[in-house]
Amino acid sequence: MNPSPMPVSAVGANALRTITLEVFRFRPEQDPLPSWQTYQVPCREEWVVLDALNYIKDHLDGSLSYRWSCHMAVCGSCGMMINGKPILSCKAFVRDFPDHIRVEPLGNLTVIRDLVVKQERLLANLSAVKSWLIPKTPAAADEPYRQTPVQLDQYRHLSMCINCLLCYAACPQVALNEGYLGPAALALAHRYNLDSRDGGTFERMQATASADGIWECSFVGECSEVCPKHVDPAGAIQQMKLASSLDWFARRLGLGERS
Amino acid sequence: MSISNKPLLWLPFAGGGMLAALLLPALMLVLLLDSLGMLSTAALAHERVRAWVSQPLVAISACVFITLVIWHAAHRLRMTLQDLGVRDAGARRLSARICYSAATLATVALAWVWV
Amino acid sequence: MSSSVYTPKLPRWWWLHHAGYRRYMVRELSCIPIGVFAVMLIVGCWRLEQGPESWQAFRAALATPLALVWQLIALAFAVYHSITWFALAPRTMPLRIGARRLPASWIAGAHYLAWAVLSLLVLRIVGG
Repeated sequence: MNPSPMPVSAVGANALRTITLEVFRFRPEQDPLPSWQTYQVPCREEWVVLDALNYIKDHLDGSLSYRWSCHMAVCGSCGMMINGKPILSCKAFVRDFPDHIRVEPLGNLTVIRDLVVKQERLLANLSAVKSWLIPKTPAAADEPYRQTPVQLDQYRHLSMCINCLLCYAACPQVALNEGYLGPAALALAHRYNLDSRDGGTFERMQATASADGIWECSFVGECSEVCPKHVDPAGAIQQMKLASSLDWFARRLGLGERS
Repeated sequence: MSISNKPLLWLPFAGGGMLAALLLPALMLVLLLDSLGMLSTAALAHERVRAWVSQPLVAISACVFITLVIWHAAHRLRMTLQDLGVRDAGARRLSARICYSAATLATVALAWVWV
Repeated sequence: MSSSVYTPKLPRWWWLHHAGYRRYMVRELSCIPIGVFAVMLIVGCWRLEQGPESWQAFRAALATPLALVWQLIALAFAVYHSITWFALAPRTMPLRIGARRLPASWIAGAHYLAWAVLSLLVLRIVGG
């Protein structure tokens, strides 16, 4: 069923290493249980794991399913567990890995097929936290909002999220509590809370400050470690804990609203 | 979803954690040195400690300090139990009750000793 | 259909499998010796109230070999709590002066300074 492997000479004289890729397979129409399939892939020195997967798909096994797009770590499509670590496969250089590489779908998330996971855990929660601008005062017609570079700097790092879901794979609380909103959704809520144009912090608190929001986080910090865009969702969540707590007491003590 | 009352537990956790971080190592070191006989015998003598702790400001500070550290530890223990395998809703409620009941007991005991 | 998707289960000992998770669990478990020490302080206050003999007995109990080992372990955990706390605190309260963000290392450094000053004070005042 597999087409014959591409001759090494066609890959190029620079094919340095034959990597053994052990890939997670899940094809529910064939087998309700997942399995592993091993491929021998001649890899060029500059390849990333995504290139190896594309080689498999093109020359060894066209049935392998996985997401990818930009191949340059901006679209967030190709997240996978590579030797147990959540990483964008277009950023995982083969030269940094041993000869045996294990490729699995992103951890803690439901797998649809092979390396493809359900993204609803993030996407549904983006709506729940209202990750859009809720203006303090609507801009006048045809007038843009005004924001200084300093105001932009407050939330800019949080706006860099590419929704790759690596943080969901890294966070044990995502696995321990199905309802937990998750690092990226909470970080994106905070991005809008910190936006000078925004006035929706309290509205978002109904979700972010709920039992399934920031309070499920125990500051493991792995989400920030794996984030390819240095968003630091862990820091964002702790800041929200402090802000929500002060707001909680301020409202009850009649000190006015802090958000 | 509704706003949780977790701040009631989180601010003491944060306050207790900060106080523990700043003060506990030195306090532990003092007691350790005393146990090893490396402090002067008069340092932790009964009269000296009693006189010092009886001052209102010191007594109140010590009570606040110990209480916040207790509640910091209780909250962290409750979260850790969840990490260690207490997963279903009923078990979580029970472990939370156990942790905070223990903390309440300790706080009451402290108040009783102080009085 | 339940077989049309695969839902992974987090293994019970998930935190043993990964260095970052192991360090996290050590930090979290520090709450046990810290909590026990706080209870010990309450017991100490109680023994103090009861009089000189009780207080001496309390101090003597802390000097037994087993108690000494426990004190060392507790001290190690307390120091680990402090180090991890000061590393995390700057991310919880990012500070700005005017337009500039304060480097995280400054905020952590300020915590360490406070730690040093307070520790010296405690050693001086309590330790005589």
